[in-house]
Amino acid sequence: MGPLALYVHWPFCVSKCPYCDFNSHVRAQVDVAVWEAALLTDMAYEAAQVPGRKLSSIFFGGGTPSLMPPALVAKLIVAAERHWGFADGIEITLEANPSSVEAANFEDLAQAGINRVSLGLQSLDDQTLEFLGRAHDVEEGLAALDTAQQAFDRVSFDLIYARPSQSLESWSAELQRALSFGTDHLSLYQLTIEPGTRFETLVRTGELIPADDDHMADLFDLTRNLTTAAGLPAYEISNHAPLGQESRHNLTYWRYQDYVGIGPGAHGRRLESATERHKKPENFLSAVARNGNGLKVEQPLAPETRAMEALMMGLRLAEGVPLEALEAKTGLTIAHMLDAPAVDQLAKLGLLTMTDQRLTISAKGMPLLDALLPKIIADI
Amino acid sequence: MTDPSYYQDHIRNFSIIAHIDHGKSTLADRLIQQTGGLTQREMSEQVLDNMDIEKERGITIKAQTVRLHYTAKNGENYELSLMDTPGHVDFAYEVSRSLAACEGALLVVDAAQGVEAQTLANVYQSIEHDHEIIPVLNKVDLPAAEPERVRHEIEEIIGLDASEAVLASAKSGIGIEDILEQIVAKIPPPGGDRNKPLKAMLVDSWYDPYLGVVILVRVIDGVLKKGLKIKFMAQGTEHLVDRVGCMRPKIEQLPELAAGEIGFITAQIKEVSQTAVGDTITTVKDSAPEPLPGFKEVQSVVFCGLFPVDAADFEKLRESISKLRLNDASFTFEMESSAALGQGFRCGFLGLLHLEIIQERLTREYDLDLITTAPSVVYKIIMNDGSEQFLHNPADMPDVVKIAEIEEPWIEATIYCPDEYLGGILKLCQDRRGIQKNLTYVGDRAQVVYELPLNEVVFDFYDRLKSISRGYASFDYHQIGLRNGQLVKMNIMVNGDPVDALSMIVHRDAAEVRGRHMCERLKELIPRHLFKIPVQAAIGGKVIARETISAMRKDVTAKCYGGDISRKKKLLEKQKKGKAKMREYGNVSIPQEAFIAALKMGDES
Repeated sequence: MGPLALYVHWPFCVSKCPYCDFNSHVRAQVDVAVWEAALLTDMAYEAAQVPGRKLSSIFFGGGTPSLMPPALVAKLIVAAERHWGFADGIEITLEANPSSVEAANFEDLAQAGINRVSLGLQSLDDQTLEFLGRAHDVEEGLAALDTAQQAFDRVSFDLIYARPSQSLESWSAELQRALSFGTDHLSLYQLTIEPGTRFETLVRTGELIPADDDHMADLFDLTRNLTTAAGLPAYEISNHAPLGQESRHNLTYWRYQDYVGIGPGAHGRRLESATERHKKPENFLSAVARNGNGLKVEQPLAPETRAMEALMMGLRLAEGVPLEALEAKTGLTIAHMLDAPAVDQLAKLGLLTMTDQRLTISAKGMPLLDALLPKIIADI
Repeated sequence: MTDPSYYQDHIRNFSIIAHIDHGKSTLADRLIQQTGGLTQREMSEQVLDNMDIEKERGITIKAQTVRLHYTAKNGENYELSLMDTPGHVDFAYEVSRSLAACEGALLVVDAAQGVEAQTLANVYQSIEHDHEIIPVLNKVDLPAAEPERVRHEIEEIIGLDASEAVLASAKSGIGIEDILEQIVAKIPPPGGDRNKPLKAMLVDSWYDPYLGVVILVRVIDGVLKKGLKIKFMAQGTEHLVDRVGCMRPKIEQLPELAAGEIGFITAQIKEVSQTAVGDTITTVKDSAPEPLPGFKEVQSVVFCGLFPVDAADFEKLRESISKLRLNDASFTFEMESSAALGQGFRCGFLGLLHLEIIQERLTREYDLDLITTAPSVVYKIIMNDGSEQFLHNPADMPDVVKIAEIEEPWIEATIYCPDEYLGGILKLCQDRRGIQKNLTYVGDRAQVVYELPLNEVVFDFYDRLKSISRGYASFDYHQIGLRNGQLVKMNIMVNGDPVDALSMIVHRDAAEVRGRHMCERLKELIPRHLFKIPVQAAIGGKVIARETISAMRKDVTAKCYGGDISRKKKLLEKQKKGKAKMREYGNVSIPQEAFIAALKMGDES
């Protein structure tokens, strides 16, 4: 059995950001005791489903998990270790807002067992931070980054680029500055307009004009060149790190290995099934109270579906997808999973390579992955 | 039964000539109501136009007829047969047959709008039939009505005495009795001899689910009775009459229809296509020695392909077209298969409006989503070896090197419009290779006659005319034969492959503009691909216009973690389904919407 990852979702935020479509909720009051009990119950349920597997990573995501009291984080980590046990060198990541209030907790979170943080810095420009609806400014964010680098072994931060009217020059300067802080991991996301967000409304009313695709492609190329030169090449579409410093937890998703997801709206893939928890915090709590778990859906996945999901996720990685392993995992043949003529044609166009039973999207193909996938994956 | 000759003297057969919207149907309804054909409660609005499309567009597609019983002021009883005529240029032949069945006509002119081109065409036809024409100025109660000006127009333009024109308002019921009295007084009774061999004209036919095919007839000589064995002289088929009657407008069975009468028969006929408008009906025994004059085989003038948007609907389309044809023998269809659009039908129509009507009925009554290819006319191709062929699908064009010459159909068009729009209209006609034949002014209105190639008219001419004149221009045409033309087949190629559904036959001089326009449109319509795509218009091997769709550079989801899989998967499944609605051309997937939009294009502005 391969590694098992645990995802814990903390759904609360102080305010909702205009670009975010994650499962986040703003509540005046959060009863920590109630949530502690519910999350522990939900975790115990999953532990009983997937026993005897050591955890290789834990990830606290949100929402804003840095708003969780460190004591609650500590209790969840202890419970996880008790249920499953930890593999050597387990990675325990927490997403954090780079505000002074939250930075004050970093030392306690490190004590609780967090050994990696992912900071939502988002930009190194004050005006942009305001546009993105972030509460912190650059100064506060960088102070939090400094605190984090002292408190944790590994620190990553997020930036959002390809913002409206962002030039190649300004992004180049911002990214070079970001690379100078010495973190060994960066998540660099192009701004996408997600349905249901405030930005989507603004786009619809013409108040926000997203960057055009050609410009986004230029920014994407620039990003790859600068990060590679700085020793943090892209190992995934939007993630950059030197070899060995990748997010082990996120690699679990992309390599389509098993993970358990607890907390509101958390997804999991384990025992060849997809799991999904109730999204709304109140519904989640009542489901846990009623059923002893927060499950909304638990659906067995057909081999074809698993193959599709594995390709969809795995081809995001620079390392590509080892097809023999996928055959072993799904029981399907390569011929069944892939559209061979399409793969050939795309290989000729230089968009992917197929060597030693490994399918890899080329640097040229990466920014086109969504267009490639429906061609690559066979009609089932 | 009264004395037959007395009876015949008291018959009046008349039609109503009117431009769309001038109130023909309303007037017909009023006449029915006034003579007690239907009670107020039974009158649904506009009894005669009984198809939805007819009601919506205010035009009559099938000729309908109604017999009215009227006691005139002189105390005598009359049987008035009102023949409703199709109201559009595409149905000119049908109109001519309906008119031939009558002895007179009401010329209904909107007292505010005046005479229109369509009215003119029909009234001239009516005059040719030696009809007694009774002018009616309708809508006189409208504030904008100018009866004196319109009366003058009728005299000036048509040359009819309008001094006794009835001032009427069909809507308000004004002048209805005057109209009935004038019909009795001015329109002559029909002639004909009931003792001669049977000669009846087949005016129209339609399919009734209960009665089968119902045939509208005008008996010229002789008598039609139930049980009679009859023969269609042009068609050469024989049938047994099983019903004889008239519409009041409710169906009323009669013992016979004699010389001079208009009515219907049924004869156990299953398909409308077995009946030809204008055919002569006679008896098998004691046949008439010769048929009535004026019969013409119906010929399709405009052709286009009809394809289901969803290929799975092909069978449904086939069934629907077959059913429609039960009721409308004036369009033709045959299977067509297109690499771009799949399986469909090549259909022939009497004209553009006819095409639109059929297309709309299929969409509406049979709930089909259709793609209509660009309308095409029929070309005569003369090959180098002297052989000839008629081409009604550009895709079937023979190799150019084997063609000696191509002939195309021309029309003579009469356009009637307020003079302020004349400049734009003349330019339009000129741009469409028109040859001006005549231009006359009546007051502030102009009548212009042009000879035009029909293929320039089927290509969005009506729409342009309407927009140039803000809807005030009226248009009528008739065919004047084939003429030699500098015509070429233009292919549209996407990534080097010709797209059959987009090939067209155009005049050499117009090819470049049309080709450039099409390439520009396709560049907008075809989504970017993973490689760059040339879009070219070519005549033979020569490229006359070219655009390039640059390669797609970015299409990727920035964030994709554990929770995003399901959403991303849904998107992917949708994309894969979308592929089914694409057509592949040299590795280029062209969405169906692109074809539809490219075929719809017309605005060359």
